[in-house]
Amino acid sequence: MENQNKLAFNDGWQYAPAPESTDHITIDKQYGLFIDGKFSAPDEGRYFETINPATEEPLSSVALATASDVDRAVKAARKAYKGPWSRMKAAERGKYIFRIARILQERAREFATIESLDGGKPIRESRDIDIPLAAAHFFYYAGWADKLEYAFPGRTPKSLGVAGQIIPWNFPLLMASWKIAPALACGNTVVIKPAETTPLTMMKLAEVIRDAGLPDGVVNIVTGAGETGAAIVDHPDVDKIAFTGSTEVGRIIQRAIAGTGKKYTLELGGKAANIIFADAALDQAVEGIVNGIFFNQGHVCCAGSRLFVQESVADEVVQRLKERMETLIIGDPLDKNTDIGAINSASQLETIESYLKIGKEEGAEMHQSSCSVPDRGYWCRPTIFTGVSQSNRIVQEEIFGPVLAIQTFRTLEEGITKANNTPFGLSGGVWTDKGSKIFKMTQQIRAGVIWANTFNKFDPTSPFGGYKESGVGREGGLHGLGAYLRLEA
Amino acid sequence: MTSTTARVPVAKTYKIYIDGKFPRTESGRYFALKDSSDSIIANVCLGSRKDFRNAVVAARKAFAGWSSASAYLRGQILYRIAEMLEGRHEQFVSELVTQGVGKRAAKKETEATIDRLIYYAGWSDKYQQIFSAVNPVSSAHFNFSVLEATGVVSIIAPDDSGLLGLVSNIAPAIVGGNTCVVLASEKLPLCAVSFAEVLHASDVPAGVVNILTGRREELTGQFASHMDVNAIIVTDNDVVKEVQISAADNIKRVIARADTKWESDGAQHPYLIQDTQEVKTTWHPIGS
Amino acid sequence: MSLTAVPDSNRMPDLGQVPHVDEVGVKERVARFQTRSIKKESKIEALHMVLSMIDLTTLEGQDTPGKVRQLCQKAMHLHDSMPGLPHVAAVCVYPTMVAVARKALGDHDIGVASVATAFPSGMSSRQVKLDETRLAVAEGASEIDMVISRGAFLQGEYGFVFDEIAAVKEACGDAHLKVILETGELGTLDQVRRASVLAMHAGADFIKTSTGKIQPAATLPVTLVMLQAIRDHFFATGQMIGMKPAGGISTAKLAIHYLVALRETLGNAWMTPEWFRFGASSLANDVLMQLQKQATGVYQSADYFSKD
Repeated sequence: MENQNKLAFNDGWQYAPAPESTDHITIDKQYGLFIDGKFSAPDEGRYFETINPATEEPLSSVALATASDVDRAVKAARKAYKGPWSRMKAAERGKYIFRIARILQERAREFATIESLDGGKPIRESRDIDIPLAAAHFFYYAGWADKLEYAFPGRTPKSLGVAGQIIPWNFPLLMASWKIAPALACGNTVVIKPAETTPLTMMKLAEVIRDAGLPDGVVNIVTGAGETGAAIVDHPDVDKIAFTGSTEVGRIIQRAIAGTGKKYTLELGGKAANIIFADAALDQAVEGIVNGIFFNQGHVCCAGSRLFVQESVADEVVQRLKERMETLIIGDPLDKNTDIGAINSASQLETIESYLKIGKEEGAEMHQSSCSVPDRGYWCRPTIFTGVSQSNRIVQEEIFGPVLAIQTFRTLEEGITKANNTPFGLSGGVWTDKGSKIFKMTQQIRAGVIWANTFNKFDPTSPFGGYKESGVGREGGLHGLGAYLRLEA
Repeated sequence: MTSTTARVPVAKTYKIYIDGKFPRTESGRYFALKDSSDSIIANVCLGSRKDFRNAVVAARKAFAGWSSASAYLRGQILYRIAEMLEGRHEQFVSELVTQGVGKRAAKKETEATIDRLIYYAGWSDKYQQIFSAVNPVSSAHFNFSVLEATGVVSIIAPDDSGLLGLVSNIAPAIVGGNTCVVLASEKLPLCAVSFAEVLHASDVPAGVVNILTGRREELTGQFASHMDVNAIIVTDNDVVKEVQISAADNIKRVIARADTKWESDGAQHPYLIQDTQEVKTTWHPIGS
Repeated sequence: MSLTAVPDSNRMPDLGQVPHVDEVGVKERVARFQTRSIKKESKIEALHMVLSMIDLTTLEGQDTPGKVRQLCQKAMHLHDSMPGLPHVAAVCVYPTMVAVARKALGDHDIGVASVATAFPSGMSSRQVKLDETRLAVAEGASEIDMVISRGAFLQGEYGFVFDEIAAVKEACGDAHLKVILETGELGTLDQVRRASVLAMHAGADFIKTSTGKIQPAATLPVTLVMLQAIRDHFFATGQMIGMKPAGGISTAKLAIHYLVALRETLGNAWMTPEWFRFGASSLANDVLMQLQKQATGVYQSADYFSKD
């Protein structure tokens, strides 16, 4: 039932463009591989472009690492591991990691600007969330370096050796910090590959690592795509693999490592249920929906992409949501007022658009916000689908875009059943003013992170990771240490 | 006509540190700190019980804000103290030497102090994780125990260790959210005052740390008996009994750390943080 | 619980049906308003809007006719050396100063708002409050800013509070009624939401945050909650209600944050002095300094702007 009393958001006072300046940043025309403390050319001399998804303009080109480059990197990591890194006192190791954190704080604006240019996320998010959190992760794990024995009563923690790490394009620098910081704190050395569409903040991180004075080879950065990643996974002298990305690739990796004795953690996809009860603080719940699926253009593994609204308030919540969607500003990621930035790549946009098509073909009703989008670049307006159920493909499969599927529910038990009715299990959301209901829901929803009366909250002290096909292992917090250690009795 | 005399240096006045300011002792008294050849190094404030009273008021006022600051922020501030101390390395080494500590020992002590601050900075957002618990009670309740700062802590700093011993007791207390009033070493008081200057330059809010100089014989009783102090740290075995008796009036927690060798690695650990923490357990039903 | 549970305005609403408010969530939404970057022409437009929405206020025990005349002079001549400035919406004074203000303002299109009902405490009898209201209106006030009885509200005597507002509304005659909730005394955002709903149903033309006489006065979180209450009231009844944050808004930057909150909650229909006011005194000069800076590119000094 649509309300005839309407608010007008699209005329009158508008916000003038407020672009973040790019004068203060430098991006090289070409980057090599960062191996053994310096940049070097890739063995086969091939490079690939990285573009700005908001303008489709090329920003730089980075090296394509082949198996021989990966081998060089692993050798450098092994040498550093056997040499200075494992011989150093743990407290001194921690101080190097503190330095990385401090320098990131000093260069925060530069990193935020480059992150938005390279990946398409709004500058406000990279400035206020990605970069500060990345620095905070380095701070948090730096402090653990000389305190590991307190985290494992009855065990003596020992480092593993060389960690091979592969990270995604949705939070490039932040994902790098989630991988590198605990690995180093636990005494390991690292070979890490950023996603092929977002390598630039990693190249800058290489500068930070060099300026922080870390011994050569402690962190090695190899750029490339699927084959480079496979070379890391397959390398016999890598002791541990850490991967964040799609469930499909996660399966490939688990099979590839089978029988090798390599330790691994996988942080994969999700299709989280965000559940709103009638007794929720509804205005804040609507904010939580928006934050849950439109934050970072929905390129979030733990996005609240399945909304469940208790039927008695469903119409009002959907109405509020539509109104709120009208106030979201899509546009230039470098504009400080932009809420929704560009879709990361042409191929991701194609994926999202195919799901929009599937949704319509399945008979769902689609609604998008009416904002304008720029001519060039990859864009998707915030989208909601109603008239769907658990049987729809758009409800079952991860879309990884600003697309929300909305269902109603009636009882708490039904909410729990439907929330769990998925092979995924990364996250979930519960909105109610009643405390006991929160604890019951959080107790019964089978997911690794449950947000009650909030969503998409991250902290270096708080463990993150999935149940079921959303992955194995936890990152962040005390629980994130174990993956990078051998625990001796 | 030009003079040929050398430049006359400006001598430092050593004050006390209360509520983010550097007043002189309200009593106007002093004691002379002398070196091994009996020359005066400095006139040091002879702190009074009124100074102590004022310091406790400041510490109490600062407690609400400091204890509710995020662990992250407290860790950042402790790290900043270490940065500031590193920058003033030379000053502290020379101050220790002036007070009779050997040059090499002074350098070691200063560096150990900086590293100790970094150590505790790193605990700020972790001690809660190792000392808290979710308790599996048998009723349908979510039950969790967390640590909370005990409140205002008075500290009688070690007399033998003018810098490292001082900071080794301040850091674990404040990283856990407590505020404190410290009586500096009587033998080696100067670094305490200079350390107050470092705190002042490090975004430490006013009143979180208050530092007095003075005579232990005069002030120990005050530190032990004040009804608005929640815990006292003593580093001298001879006074433990009298302190415990006096502290009993408000069941003040008495923490005796007399035999610690502050230079050793074993002198830093998270149980020193736990010493000035309370445990709070909360129950909440699980149901619909 | 339904947001449209109270479809009839002007009847005692069921306050048990008022939506709950999550404080942390409100503060997060507010933080996003505060990171909006308002620049260039949108900043100038905003600054002009702020000026046009100010109720230039003096509410001191030491007010005299002389003081009020000087305030009115400022209201009419904000900064004559800068052409094209809007005038403030109104001046706001005590009842005994209304006639002075009205005379000083002459034919100027600036309203005279008067506080009434034993402002700021509200601790007096119904009769005294109504008499005071009628006095102010008779003296020439076009707007009345009343205070609710916070004690009664906190006790749960909602009927009492409702009746009082309704009675004052009647005593206002043609004058517009602003109802001051004194949010700083209400304790929680849930209470602020409840009080907003109560006031709107009882006859408020505007709901206002504060008297400005206690801390905290207006804040962005309470303002957002009140704007959301106004929005829901509009959805349910079609009736527009105005909003006025008062006290503690002394910088142009902060005032612009309030405009952002307004725009993103209620949209353009409310972005006029007819539906939104700032209760402020020193805000005007900061806005003028910002306008001058926009025009000249140079940071300004307070010495160049009149203090009345």
